[in-house]
Amino acid sequence: MSFITDPLTYSFFQRALIAALLVGVLCPVLGTYVVLRGMAFLGDALAHIILPGVVIAFLTGIPLVIGALVMGVLTAFGIGALSERSLLREDSAIGVIFAGAFALGIAMLSATDGYAVDLTHFLFGNLLGVSAADLWTMLGLSVVVFGVIVLFYKELLVVSFDQTLARTLRLPVRFYDYLLLVLIAITIVVALNAVGISLMLAMIVTPAAAASFLTKQLRPMMLIGAAIGAFSGAVGLYASFYLNIASGPAVVLVATAIFVLIFLFAPEQGVIYRWIGPAPAIRPNA
Amino acid sequence: MAQITATVSKNKEDIYGAEHLPDASLFDAADVTVSYGAQDALRNLSFTLKKGEQVAVVGPNGAGKSTLFKLIVGELAPTSGRATLHGSDPAEHLCVAYVPQRQSVDWNFPVTVEDVVMMGRTAKIGLFRWARQHDRDIVQQSLERVNATHLAKKQIGELSGGQQQRVFIARALAQEAELLLLDEPLAGLDLPSQEQVFEVLDNVTDSGITAIVATHDLNMAARRFDKILLLNGRLIALGRPEEVLTADNLVVAYGGHLHAQDGILIADSCCDH
Repeated sequence: MSFITDPLTYSFFQRALIAALLVGVLCPVLGTYVVLRGMAFLGDALAHIILPGVVIAFLTGIPLVIGALVMGVLTAFGIGALSERSLLREDSAIGVIFAGAFALGIAMLSATDGYAVDLTHFLFGNLLGVSAADLWTMLGLSVVVFGVIVLFYKELLVVSFDQTLARTLRLPVRFYDYLLLVLIAITIVVALNAVGISLMLAMIVTPAAAASFLTKQLRPMMLIGAAIGAFSGAVGLYASFYLNIASGPAVVLVATAIFVLIFLFAPEQGVIYRWIGPAPAIRPNA
Repeated sequence: MAQITATVSKNKEDIYGAEHLPDASLFDAADVTVSYGAQDALRNLSFTLKKGEQVAVVGPNGAGKSTLFKLIVGELAPTSGRATLHGSDPAEHLCVAYVPQRQSVDWNFPVTVEDVVMMGRTAKIGLFRWARQHDRDIVQQSLERVNATHLAKKQIGELSGGQQQRVFIARALAQEAELLLLDEPLAGLDLPSQEQVFEVLDNVTDSGITAIVATHDLNMAARRFDKILLLNGRLIALGRPEEVLTADNLVVAYGGHLHAQDGILIADSCCDH
């Protein structure tokens, strides 16, 4: 057991582990909505688009969260405005803003000292560098996201499942769509330290997608996704520590490996089950 | 007395939608035109719907059936003219429910039958609140009324086509809707399933709920509905099947795309795009 407990004697490792678990739980819960609503591309874009906001905050010393949120909200409205007037298809509108904003962020960062190191951290995360202050911010933001999901659970469910129903129930559909985007933006900030911008999508989508092979109910899907995310976070962190690989990619690789296993071996939904069929003993007509 | 009733319903307005004016008909369209840009989807429509009616809406593709539905649920406002539900703007009411076409629903979505029916309660439960026993009872009763109690715990993807349709009708009942809009509810169903859906519909309209059903199937409409609304951009006819489905009216609605064979009408509108 000492290979598990030994690293825990380092306080930086303790902080990293808490951060990894937090991100591992939060991302898939929110990611369940992203997966069910087919928003993966938008989620990835949003992660990249907030870079200039984060860089400006970083350079001027304001909390990164503020920069990311301002950018995230501006983007949400920008994409809405571009696609709503049918000037562009939504995915093209997202693509244009995505690449432009990302380039702007990198350009701003490249004008500073320590460009390469900072950029690497933004892009791929740095779990082992999480400070106590970072951790408190991450915890606070996670509580906000979970709280909003709990408070608006039934409304978010209706809006995600059937927008026509939502409108006949006179729910403010646009409000909930934007609320979800804001929640994604906050989640991205929480996960920034752990997996970085470029691998963000993996934490949001992969565990939730894996969970969708195991259950056909929303809450269990969130719980299983969170379990997969937390497990990936912890195992990835240890792998990063012992194998001396970057922490973000290590976490994502564990999550991806779990996804592949579930994709292949899940009962009923898995590829192999579908290929072979149910076991003969439980086939009613056999 | 009328004063008191008005006050009571006004107090409940936030939960129950706009006030129902006692003298107003269920739905009333007065010279309604709906345009998308320069194009009129519906032109100068005037008609009234009454409590407990079963009305089939028929017409060729592009006749404005879905625009009409959006108008009735309040998703679209008339470009000119006036549409009212219980005397006021449909968009303010909770008493209208829409049962979507089966292919427009994501059947893989991780919800059970019970969850879907409970969604109909969302507005009545209210923000920041959870379902109470009263809501669970209503969900239970709604499932009973469509003979789907045994399906409550199933994921929606496991249902047959007819069961799917009945579950969405149960959702509309849980919504306590007085006006039900069904979009092609019988498309792709086998005859026994169609029959079950009709049984449920008859039961529902007998209890005073109005059902409006969009359909392509003229023969079925003629056979099963007491009232037919024939649409082609404008209202061509509304009334009993034998009044509405006359050769003259059908030619006006469908042009050359209609064939009568041995007393059976075939509209090939499904295939002209």
